[in-house]
Amino acid sequence: MTAWQPSTRQLQRDAFRRTRTLRSVLIAVVSSAIVLTVLALVVTSSPGWPRVRDSFFDVHRGWQVLPGLLRALWTNLQMMVIAEVFVLIFASLIAYVRTLPGPIFFPVRFLAAAYTDVFRGLPMLLVLFIVGYGIPGLRLKGAPSSPFVLGIIALVLTYTAYVAEVLRAGIESVHPSQRAAARSLGLSYGQTMRHIVFPQAVRRVLPPLLNDFVSLQKDTSLVSILGTVEVVLTAQNDTAQDFKFVPYVVAGLIFVALTVPLTRLTDSIAARQGSAGVRRLWTTPRGAA
Amino acid sequence: MTEATPLLSVRGLRKSYGHDVVLDGLDLDVAEHSCTVLIGASGSGKSTLLRCLNLLEVVDDGVIELDGEDIADPRTDANGLRARVGIVFQSYNLFPHLDVLANITLAPRKVHDKDRAVAEREALEMLDRVGLADKAHARPDDLSGGQQQRVAIARALVNRPRLMLFDEVTSALDPELVGEVLGLMRELKAEGMTMIVATHEMAFAREVADQVCFLAEGSVHERGRPEDVFGQPRQARTQQFLRRVTEAGRL
Repeated sequence: MTAWQPSTRQLQRDAFRRTRTLRSVLIAVVSSAIVLTVLALVVTSSPGWPRVRDSFFDVHRGWQVLPGLLRALWTNLQMMVIAEVFVLIFASLIAYVRTLPGPIFFPVRFLAAAYTDVFRGLPMLLVLFIVGYGIPGLRLKGAPSSPFVLGIIALVLTYTAYVAEVLRAGIESVHPSQRAAARSLGLSYGQTMRHIVFPQAVRRVLPPLLNDFVSLQKDTSLVSILGTVEVVLTAQNDTAQDFKFVPYVVAGLIFVALTVPLTRLTDSIAARQGSAGVRRLWTTPRGAA
Repeated sequence: MTEATPLLSVRGLRKSYGHDVVLDGLDLDVAEHSCTVLIGASGSGKSTLLRCLNLLEVVDDGVIELDGEDIADPRTDANGLRARVGIVFQSYNLFPHLDVLANITLAPRKVHDKDRAVAEREALEMLDRVGLADKAHARPDDLSGGQQQRVAIARALVNRPRLMLFDEVTSALDPELVGEVLGLMRELKAEGMTMIVATHEMAFAREVADQVCFLAEGSVHERGRPEDVFGQPRQARTQQFLRRVTEAGRL
């Protein structure tokens, strides 16, 4: 490759693009700074601010409650991971069942549809009450009675319905020609789903799937109503000591700190396995048109 | 506009992807109402050139003058330019969620702020023109490849472009459907549309082209009237390329 030197004209173009980029960055930075400053001024100059600050943002108290909250977080994490595994398995099954073709499968399709309709419609809190107090109430031998397990069951019931619908949307978005190509190679219906349709479907619905998992992660705190000692219940107990809301703020920060890495992880997975080739073709390496 | 000032004038066009230099100092002039056919092996830069002319790619260097205005300049209004330069792709690229009429009226209504009734009347005229008046409410997936490509041409034409770019528009079509698309392009040429056509249809090139450009190594390796380029190519590479094409039974 001979050494190529950009023409003067091109150097001017590049310089123009640079100044334009710089200008938009500056505008973004300055406007954000103004908005944030105004917001901060409004809040801190409000008459109740000293009391709110004392009650919500007492750093010393925050450090005090942090270790206890982190210990309680372990419960949330366990519930989250266990529930997510079951949700993925059951939701895949239900999405698969709902997309089965032909009249023979009508009964299972109907059952799957009825299940998703019911559990997507029921508020999470109600499901928790029904499962949490209903199942032990039956006094069946061997039925779970620990609020931890019952909470997980309720979470799985609700979130399976959501995730199944997300996966079904993904499955239906895969072009029929993909199935035709797979079947033409002799793959069975199940193999086609497993190797061709499902991987493409999951890739497409990764963002909404993550949405549901973040939501599940947060809803583990609802299990506290059954008496499971997790982050929010611990924060509530801490708050009861001095009627300061610092523990809630710290608990909130913990949940945010949990979800942000999850989002970044999904983004990077999507970028890696996603349409990397397409992107390389279509994005412009230098400045946008 | 006189013959002396071309509608399109490309000078020293360069485009690379990383270390892969696809266009390297390419020059090209296109007179108004003329048809320029680009030939060359896969990867010789035909598609990249067309994409650069429609500003779908940001060029690395060089000048692209349309009506005397440098459109490669970052200050160019790219969307305004695209109304003047239409492009038709190899794989049609119709919007599958919109019916034929909506595909055609999209840009007139959303970009050019045309009234729905006006846009639809013009779209129907254009559909009639490409012989698909009865398909206005069909979905792209329900049409044959040739029909889809004719809709794609109508979609580009409805913006009344000064220049039409055709990027191997018949390469994805069945042989018996190629004719209907080439026929339409012949009619466009007869009406005086300025066109740049990247194609492997050498017979069509020979018949319709005013100039044929053989692209190799990122620039125009040989260019001339079709009877010269096809009849007595001067460059060894052109000869070699045409020999291969002939062997493949395309000429």
